[in-house]
Amino acid sequence: MSETATRAGSSAAATLLAGIKRLGSSVLPFVVVIAIWQFASLFFPRFLFPSLIDVFWRCLEIFSSGTMFADVLSTILRILAGLAGAFIIGGLLALSMVRSRAVDNFLSPILTLFQGIPALSWVVFAIIWFHGVEFRIFFIMVMTTLPAFTFQVLGALRAMSRDLMEMVFSFRPTRLKLFRVMIAPAILPDILTAWKVNLGNASRVVVVAELVGATGGVGYQLLQQQQLFDMAGALAWTLQLVFFVLIVQGALTLIENTAFRYRAVSERAI
Amino acid sequence: MRDTVTPVEPAIHLDHVSKEFGKPGSEAIYRAVDGLNLEVRPGQMLALLGKTGCGKSTIFNMIAGLTEPTSGTVRVSGRDPFADFDSFRGGIAIVFQNDRLLPWRTAIQNVELGLEMLDVPPAKRREAAQLWLTKLGLGGHENDYPHALSGGMRQRVSIARAFATNANILLCDEPFSALDESTAGRLRAEFVRLVKENGKTAVFITHSISEALEIGDRIVVLKRPAMIAYDVSFDGGTGQEERELIRSRIGEVLAA
Repeated sequence: MSETATRAGSSAAATLLAGIKRLGSSVLPFVVVIAIWQFASLFFPRFLFPSLIDVFWRCLEIFSSGTMFADVLSTILRILAGLAGAFIIGGLLALSMVRSRAVDNFLSPILTLFQGIPALSWVVFAIIWFHGVEFRIFFIMVMTTLPAFTFQVLGALRAMSRDLMEMVFSFRPTRLKLFRVMIAPAILPDILTAWKVNLGNASRVVVVAELVGATGGVGYQLLQQQQLFDMAGALAWTLQLVFFVLIVQGALTLIENTAFRYRAVSERAI
Repeated sequence: MRDTVTPVEPAIHLDHVSKEFGKPGSEAIYRAVDGLNLEVRPGQMLALLGKTGCGKSTIFNMIAGLTEPTSGTVRVSGRDPFADFDSFRGGIAIVFQNDRLLPWRTAIQNVELGLEMLDVPPAKRREAAQLWLTKLGLGGHENDYPHALSGGMRQRVSIARAFATNANILLCDEPFSALDESTAGRLRAEFVRLVKENGKTAVFITHSISEALEIGDRIVVLKRPAMIAYDVSFDGGTGQEERELIRSRIGEVLAA
């Protein structure tokens, strides 16, 4: 009896130790960066390396101030709207490309061309072509993430198992059912990966888009901090976007873990 | 042994069917099926036997409506399975060479697939899927994902999926070829029993003479490009000696 209790106790301790190790290995890199920055702040002027305590208070100020937090929210909404727009348009383009070789031959070079255009060029084009600030930002976000979304969805559609597709076809599904039972689950892993990749890109592009012409948002606030030479403020505003990306990435990972629990896990890593 | 007699309308009818692959007019045309005539009676269990590459799977795909013949006509229950594709919803079920289970669905959800296409209410399709899984000895594995099942269990799920729709025509493309002989033997016996019990018309593709003799009540041997080289029907009354004669005749035809 006592031997069983001892064994259970040592197993719980091992689990706890493994948990601490896992947490430690994921937190350690951040701790190192924070320590180096804080150490540098002791020797450099405040406008170069401000103390992270100052940055923390500035972050708290942004969170607690209604007007400042509204700027963060508007940037987040711009990112999500741009990504959603690019995903919907890209998904439709990919579907038409996979259905028709002629459409594929026509659109592929155009999308490749778009991929080579820098985000800043799209900002300039948007300012010249359009008046409304929000539409300009939406346009920039869509144009910079559209090729990646399209090619990623196209790749996922082309990689679908022909055998499984044939099997589902043998039951004579309607188009809607074919999409629901076969296409959507088959391409979901690639779609989530595409969102993860494009989320990082979009959070960088939105700041550039907001730097030019916007009267609010993280990009606009960063421009203000630059004019004031306020490094603590610049860091605090940057961290807002970092937090947002981390939260959404976490949510996407959670969806992945739930939606893909059907996958076999090999005990041996690659 | 007796000649094939078809007094009723055939369940499957292929009339001078040919199938070519490659661009029309180009020299690289491959003729997989050449002027094939074939009739399958309702309730008959036809074993299509032939070497690899003789066009068995092409015939299978044309009967299933997945491929269109280059010339000739294919009729299943009097209709064209390619042109009237949707009208066969629930009418033709297929057991493929590999199980082809959707990896994101559990065993029972895979069995329900065909019933979903037929708009069967969720409670009824769950009941039917459960029944077929139990019949095939998979009770207790309903909520297992395919990766957690053995090859034999996965193939049984795919058989349950085909039977669950209660289709009249059953097409099987070497469904037991990837399994070990002991598992294949057991599944074959279960399969024959279920087909007979449920009065299905079945076309069973195989390259094994023993399997064809065990499963079919008629065997058609194909030679490349898919042309009938030997056609024999038999029944439960056919003795062992006669079956051995058929076996050796098939062997000769395949070797020729």
